[in-house]
Amino acid sequence: MDFSLTEEHKMLQKAARDFAAERVRPLIREYDPLHKFPRELLPEMAEMGLLGVCIPVKYGGAGFDYISLGIVSEAMEWADASVRETIAVHTALNSLGIFQWGTEAQKQKYLVPQAKGEKIACFGLTEPGAGSDVAALSTRAKKVGDTYLLTGEKMWITLADIADHFLIFAKTDPEKRHRGISAFIVERDFPGIQTGTIEGKMGVWTSNTGWVRMDNCEVPAENMLGEEGEGFKIAMSCLDNARYTVAAGAVGIMRACLEASVAYAHQRETFGKPIAQHQLVQQLIANISQRHDIGELLVQKVGWMKNMGIRNTRETSLAKAYCTEAAFASASDAVQVHGAYGYSSEYDVERHLRNSKAAVIYEGTTQIHQLLQAQYALGFKVDKPLRRELPPYDAALWG
Amino acid sequence: MKAIVLMKQTPDTAQLSASMDGLKLMAEGGPRIVNPWDEYAIETGLTLAEDHGGEAVLLTMGKPESTEAIKTGLAMGCKGATLLTDDAFENSDSLATARILTAAIQQQGDYDIILAGKSAIDGDTAQTAVQVAALLGIPYLGYVAKIEAIDFDAKTITVVRAIDSGRETVTSSLPAVVSVLKEIGEPRYPSFMGIRKAAKAKIPEMGLADLGLSADEVGAAGSNVQWPEVTLPPAQETQLELIEGEPEEAAKVLVQKLLAEKVI
Repeated sequence: MDFSLTEEHKMLQKAARDFAAERVRPLIREYDPLHKFPRELLPEMAEMGLLGVCIPVKYGGAGFDYISLGIVSEAMEWADASVRETIAVHTALNSLGIFQWGTEAQKQKYLVPQAKGEKIACFGLTEPGAGSDVAALSTRAKKVGDTYLLTGEKMWITLADIADHFLIFAKTDPEKRHRGISAFIVERDFPGIQTGTIEGKMGVWTSNTGWVRMDNCEVPAENMLGEEGEGFKIAMSCLDNARYTVAAGAVGIMRACLEASVAYAHQRETFGKPIAQHQLVQQLIANISQRHDIGELLVQKVGWMKNMGIRNTRETSLAKAYCTEAAFASASDAVQVHGAYGYSSEYDVERHLRNSKAAVIYEGTTQIHQLLQAQYALGFKVDKPLRRELPPYDAALWG
Repeated sequence: MKAIVLMKQTPDTAQLSASMDGLKLMAEGGPRIVNPWDEYAIETGLTLAEDHGGEAVLLTMGKPESTEAIKTGLAMGCKGATLLTDDAFENSDSLATARILTAAIQQQGDYDIILAGKSAIDGDTAQTAVQVAALLGIPYLGYVAKIEAIDFDAKTITVVRAIDSGRETVTSSLPAVVSVLKEIGEPRYPSFMGIRKAAKAKIPEMGLADLGLSADEVGAAGSNVQWPEVTLPPAQETQLELIEGEPEEAAKVLVQKLLAEKVI
């Protein structure tokens, strides 16, 4: 057993963490009160290779492994959830979906520019009336000749107003529940698609969250991802990738909260000594530290499983549920360590607390993941092989 | 165009604390980084290579662990690197270091410009680059804030230097040794593709014998400066006072206070 990072991983981690500290966090501190999406970071992230970190070089990516996707997600969310969300949606939900399920032509047309960061992509599954209950989605796809006409509305879509490409899930057979869902690659320029921004969120203020409305949106039949009726399986496999980035990002929040709390505890004095000397403050810090290390181990295991090509739906679900709840609890503890100052926007921990609440809801609520874990434990759910699995990492093939 | 960038690995002084003083950090290891000033030299070399064609290569003298810093430079885009390392090089002062660097430069073939940061954050002597220029017998342009013009065919360079009394514009022949300041341009982040290449790179090493130097020219034996003790500067006591009120009133109070303290 080897828990050490490779030299390549360490260099990647340092570069990503430097970028997060020097570029991302200062910009987020400025933009968060303005609820402004840091659009200028996208070309910089593309230039570095952040937007295609684990995509093979031949498809425009940087050719790192899946562990690296976790490393950059952790580094970005240390600064703020929104930038990690961009990676989750663009790289994990959309690009890895095309990498796993797409035809060679789809990979060349859509994956290559996405991995290079020339085009930004998002994921349209959730609807006003269908969140955790995916099979209840009501967007329809009707085939007319060589075109599908998509009609319906997607809600809570990260990057809705930013993305060039959308991976949209719609029912090609409304009579069937999840077996009637198909996946489509939709371009912003296709006739019949509109997007807008959702205001009034509790947190993640620098992330673009919105809605996507389609009214007989014309999508060429060749843009169907996978086969007709395969959409549910595609969506779930995409979520296996994105939930991994959510879990890794939550570890980043915990690292940020730990660092901030330790620094503040050494500096702030009460009753004639630094609060770091008070045992109940030590307990709060011990809790954050413990959660961080447990979360990191869960994330590392999922990264390793992905590299090995081992199905990881159960482990990813567990990591996502644990890490996001742990990050929320840790951000709350960090605010407590900071006292009244922690309740002020002057300190990052206030933002982390607001942001971390979102992650216990999106990409499957904690309750959905608890049900999944119970189903696995009780033997009610067993993962079956997919028609197309996410390829295991192979350094030679990745380039 | 070939730019040789003199780059040093230094302790991460931001990590220094009372419990880990500078000497201990340098002797026993600890968090190490590319000398931050040298990052600006790397950026200058890479920009010149992009604008004029050619390449920037790194030259580093240090312990074997300096490969870590070298790989950061390679990941930023440098095309090659040489590590000058030998037990005999230990405790070299700036002049001995300059002898070692000069011997290596003379084995590099044709070059157009040698770049360095204005100083290194550990020793902070700012002597090595100028001593390299002197030993090579080429011009030295120090504290360069901007390259105003450069013509590799005509072998001329015009730079803006920061000097005590302001700025001066200087034209020199090439090749020259140029040490740069922050204003020269913000260093780029290593690209992920660059990291993958750099992580796999084998860094060629040269020692005393390869450079044709004798043991009494380098290390402690070849140095006039010794470092018997290195300590952190004493912590400065500071006081913070917030002046409340409207900006105009606050400014008046501030001026009074500065006058009272004889700052202005």
